[in-house]
Amino acid sequence: MYANDVKMSLEEVIEETRDFLSEEFEVDRDLILPENSLKDTLDLDSLDYVDLVVLIDENLNIKLTGEDFKGIETFGDFYQLVGKKLAL
Amino acid sequence: MSHRVVITGIGIYSCLGENLDEVTKSLYAGKSGIVFDQVRKDFGFRSALTGMVQEPDLKNYLSRRQRVGMHQPAVYAYMATHEALALSGLDVDFLEQTETGIIYGNDSTAASVVEAVDKVREKHDTTLIGSGAIFQNMNSTVNMNLSTIFKLKGINFTLSAACASGSHSIGMGYLMISQGLQERVICGGAQEINASAMASFDGLGTFSVRESEPTKASRPFDRDRDGLIPSGGAATVILESYEAAVKRGAPILAELIGYGFSSNGDHISNPSIDGQTRSLQMALKQAGITTAEVDYINAHATSTPVGDGSEARAIYEVFGGNVPVSSTKSMTGHECWMAGASEIVYSLLMMQNSFIAPNINFENPDEDSAKINIIPETKEQTINCFLSNSFGFGGTNSTLIVRKI
Repeated sequence: MYANDVKMSLEEVIEETRDFLSEEFEVDRDLILPENSLKDTLDLDSLDYVDLVVLIDENLNIKLTGEDFKGIETFGDFYQLVGKKLAL
Repeated sequence: MSHRVVITGIGIYSCLGENLDEVTKSLYAGKSGIVFDQVRKDFGFRSALTGMVQEPDLKNYLSRRQRVGMHQPAVYAYMATHEALALSGLDVDFLEQTETGIIYGNDSTAASVVEAVDKVREKHDTTLIGSGAIFQNMNSTVNMNLSTIFKLKGINFTLSAACASGSHSIGMGYLMISQGLQERVICGGAQEINASAMASFDGLGTFSVRESEPTKASRPFDRDRDGLIPSGGAATVILESYEAAVKRGAPILAELIGYGFSSNGDHISNPSIDGQTRSLQMALKQAGITTAEVDYINAHATSTPVGDGSEARAIYEVFGGNVPVSSTKSMTGHECWMAGASEIVYSLLMMQNSFIAPNINFENPDEDSAKINIIPETKEQTINCFLSNSFGFGGTNSTLIVRKI
């Protein structure tokens, strides 16, 4: 992940992810913590996962599919997936 | 068994105002909602004139999940319906526990379709359209969204009948209730306002090109009219059986006593005096009233040379030349799929406030309009009974008659 041609660390990507998830899903940013449930915190239903894929594409330029979310329970799991996709 | 059908709530979101109070003032003042839209000129429109509304921010009303499937038709319809339900004393808890239906008029979702398709062309991945597009793009978008938001349990479908959609939606609600199939139906019409929705209509050369004078461009029945002006927003009319309204102590605004309809079975865009006359006569017959009992006619007249002349002749043929007539499209422009519902709302506001809104810009009659009684300036007058016409492409005609109770 690059911002202004500077490679971002996983920590920086996580902070940015918290920003856009908080804004899009209208939840308190402080609730987006590694140990918290992705689904419950963001109140995701099956349709919302489609929008999550869109958000990740728009903000992090990563192509995810529904399959990628199998086994993802917490934000921590999700950040690991993102880090893996970004090779961070 | 036939049930009396009453109106217990109305709501409006239009270029004349964002609520009933604002719209009443605009109607009384004869204020035009028409503007010049540079976006349309740049897009390649022959005429950049349009009615315009502010895009409401629904964040204060609805959750993200409720909003993502909504584009202009559903957004505008939500605003109008929110107001109508409040006036009618209906809330979600009551609606969830009773059987209330929705039959809403809508006939396009052009902008949302274009936006979604453009996204796929850019990304080459349909997932990246997002989850809301399908619910924005289907023509039943208003019904899908409002029935979900307001937890409606009754009849639920969209009515598409071109520029008579809103009027027929009220007619269908009327039939449902009068036949005893529903106690309460939310009716109305929605019309998106954007270049994508109106480009093909503009291409027919039907719109006024009086761009130097936007507020004078819509001039139904006037000798020097040169075309209609598109517009939009949404209007909601809540219908209820008289018994159900009384039972819950709802405000009864008026009674819907007649619904006439017909099809021209002729040209796809040209009007028909015969078709319009049959619709008028059917509504009068069903209402069981004479022409002398109608105090006001809200005309369909859109400011096109051919259409207004036909309607003037049809009105003259059925009513003669005395009944007061005005076209509120002189102020709003043509609200298309919404018009049949909004014009019931406008006429009800006139009835409640005892005035006839003017047919602004009516300066010189032509041969047809000279025969009927067009009201060019606001007139103080009691309205006990009014009639509203709506005609659409494909030769679909609808006439509604409303009376004080």
